[in-house]
Amino acid sequence: MAILINSDTKVLVTGFTGRIGSFHTQDMIKHGTNVVGGVTPGKGGSTHLDLPVFNTVKGAVAETGAEMVISFVPPPFAADSIMEAADAGIKTCVCIADGIPAQDMIHVKRYMRRYKAEKRMRLIGPNCAGIITPGQAFAGLMPPHIYMPGRVGIVGRSGTLGYEAASQMKAKGIGVSSSIGIGGDPVNGSSFRDILELFENDPETDAVVMVGEIGGPQEAEAAEYIRDHMTKPVAAYVAGLSAPKGRRMGHAGAIVSAFGESAQEKVEILKDAGVSIVPTPSAFGETVAKMVA
Amino acid sequence: MDIHEYQAKDLLKRFGVQVPRGGIAYSPEQAVYRASELSGERWVVKAQIHSGARGKAGGVRICSNEQEVSDAAQWMLGRKLVTHQTGPQGKLVSRLYVEEATSIAQEIYLGFVMDRKEERVVVVASAQGGMEIEEISEQEPESIIRSVVDPAVGMQAFQAREIAFSLGLDPTLIPQAIKTIMGCYRLMREMDANMVEINPMVVTNSGEIVALDAKVSFDDNALFRRPEISELRDKSQEDTRETFASDNGLSYIGLDGQIGCIVNGAGLAMATLDMIKMAGGEPANFLDVGGGASPDRVLMSFKAVLNDPKVEAILVNIFAGINRCDWVAEGVIRAMEELDLKIPVVVRLSGTNVEEGQKILAESTVNVIATDTLAEAAEKVVDAWKDISLKEAS
Repeated sequence: MAILINSDTKVLVTGFTGRIGSFHTQDMIKHGTNVVGGVTPGKGGSTHLDLPVFNTVKGAVAETGAEMVISFVPPPFAADSIMEAADAGIKTCVCIADGIPAQDMIHVKRYMRRYKAEKRMRLIGPNCAGIITPGQAFAGLMPPHIYMPGRVGIVGRSGTLGYEAASQMKAKGIGVSSSIGIGGDPVNGSSFRDILELFENDPETDAVVMVGEIGGPQEAEAAEYIRDHMTKPVAAYVAGLSAPKGRRMGHAGAIVSAFGESAQEKVEILKDAGVSIVPTPSAFGETVAKMVA
Repeated sequence: MDIHEYQAKDLLKRFGVQVPRGGIAYSPEQAVYRASELSGERWVVKAQIHSGARGKAGGVRICSNEQEVSDAAQWMLGRKLVTHQTGPQGKLVSRLYVEEATSIAQEIYLGFVMDRKEERVVVVASAQGGMEIEEISEQEPESIIRSVVDPAVGMQAFQAREIAFSLGLDPTLIPQAIKTIMGCYRLMREMDANMVEINPMVVTNSGEIVALDAKVSFDDNALFRRPEISELRDKSQEDTRETFASDNGLSYIGLDGQIGCIVNGAGLAMATLDMIKMAGGEPANFLDVGGGASPDRVLMSFKAVLNDPKVEAILVNIFAGINRCDWVAEGVIRAMEELDLKIPVVVRLSGTNVEEGQKILAESTVNVIATDTLAEAAEKVVDAWKDISLKEAS
């Protein structure tokens, strides 16, 4: 497989029977995702989309052997759904919710530390578009047809800007091994660095495109990892060159509040680490083409 | 969400933090009445706007008699104060806070923030209060004390004690300092604040610890469970363009340029602004129309963008995942017809149902400039805008 998901991955949907959960689950199944069931408390024992519904994640794992959870639970209850997945022994949880209170996420991160590293769930998101291994499976809400299967990994905070990168690459005949959305929240699950490490160790990925933005320390941490540990080439774009300081640009985490958090500073840090900078958001295709040539 | 100083002090008081006595005033007469109510010999009249650095802008005045209180209030009310945090347009003063003057023996900085690296609440303190934290970290970095709170158990008394002793406070003041620090933390935790900043926290000549100024901001994502905090919102302190957009569920930030933007997704929206700038234009706004952009929502986005009279051209950039290009196209046409738009509109559609969307635009009678790529879209909108500017000039 590329990383995190392939056509065998057993996926469980939380927030399954809601309008949004149902809609995206149908799309995921249509594109090859191995959805084994869903969870909606109180509706256990019934079926939905020809799949079994469970009351609890633990119950669903016992019956189906699910390894991954995709959560469509709304923001006020999403943190609880993530912790439930972590406690049920799920390996990877992808959380879509946009609008989880920051203190709830602080608690989630603290809660996940109660498990030993090798048993600890990997969280992707929240406030992300999900993850996809083109041609195999996806867990999220991206349009799968814009990705061509291939050997370049994508990791980004933004959904639609990641689509932009993938479609520019496709236009140049460059395919994607996996694309991972880490989300736009200030406190999130996996960081750029975490995902870069997975791509570095993935034999089916040759290079990585990183789609960063203003705010927070994660691009700088990623730069350090790239400089010290990565053998594969990395290209990066940082959105928000024109963003005024102190304003939250749509994503809860996209705000320049400290030194090193502006787009210009992040670009410099990444450049110093040997990253190929994508100079404009319309240059993903040509920059990646040059990098992998 | 930001709140006013007097609201922040009200909340702090509820959590056991000592604040100077004071009252709110909407007119010079009321300000004088508040001063007489407080009695004493000196008062501070403070303009209530959502910004720091009010003192330098004339928004904080120490007064020794009723006439001075009245004059200060007269000067401040209705005025737009400009600080380095408000932008050049400034913020309107419509409320004043009249406070008893406090004697100051020592000024301390005390701040609580959500630290993104730690992913926890971090307390920042310094014995060099009165300056902004950026200045302190530049000029007196060794004076900064940091303490990280474990969210599983919350802030512990020993942490507050360590901070208090590190600040070099007199041992007799330690219990009060602990009460103040713990109170601020509880406000942060129990009210879902993003930031609590007391600057300065002062030790008075009579040996009391008082929050002289206070700035508290709240996590917008948690307002659903804090109705009493939502009520503190003061729309007069917001950009009217932003209020209209947020009342209609759109994510909008007003900027200073002339090219209006309607985009889906925060990252793509930021990138679109960057692209316009690189093409030689200036964006008028950030707008994320979000997922599920129905024709109505697109129409509403046009209205939000056009609330800004500076807008001379509009760029619509949609990469549809959960959105549908045909709906967006319908929305664009409706907006152009209903709002009788005369300015150039460039539309770039990509993703789900793109063919249908492009067909709808091509077959319509409205005058839109359709493009396929982001680069082309940015160039075309900047060119169209420059053409207008040239015509106006000649």
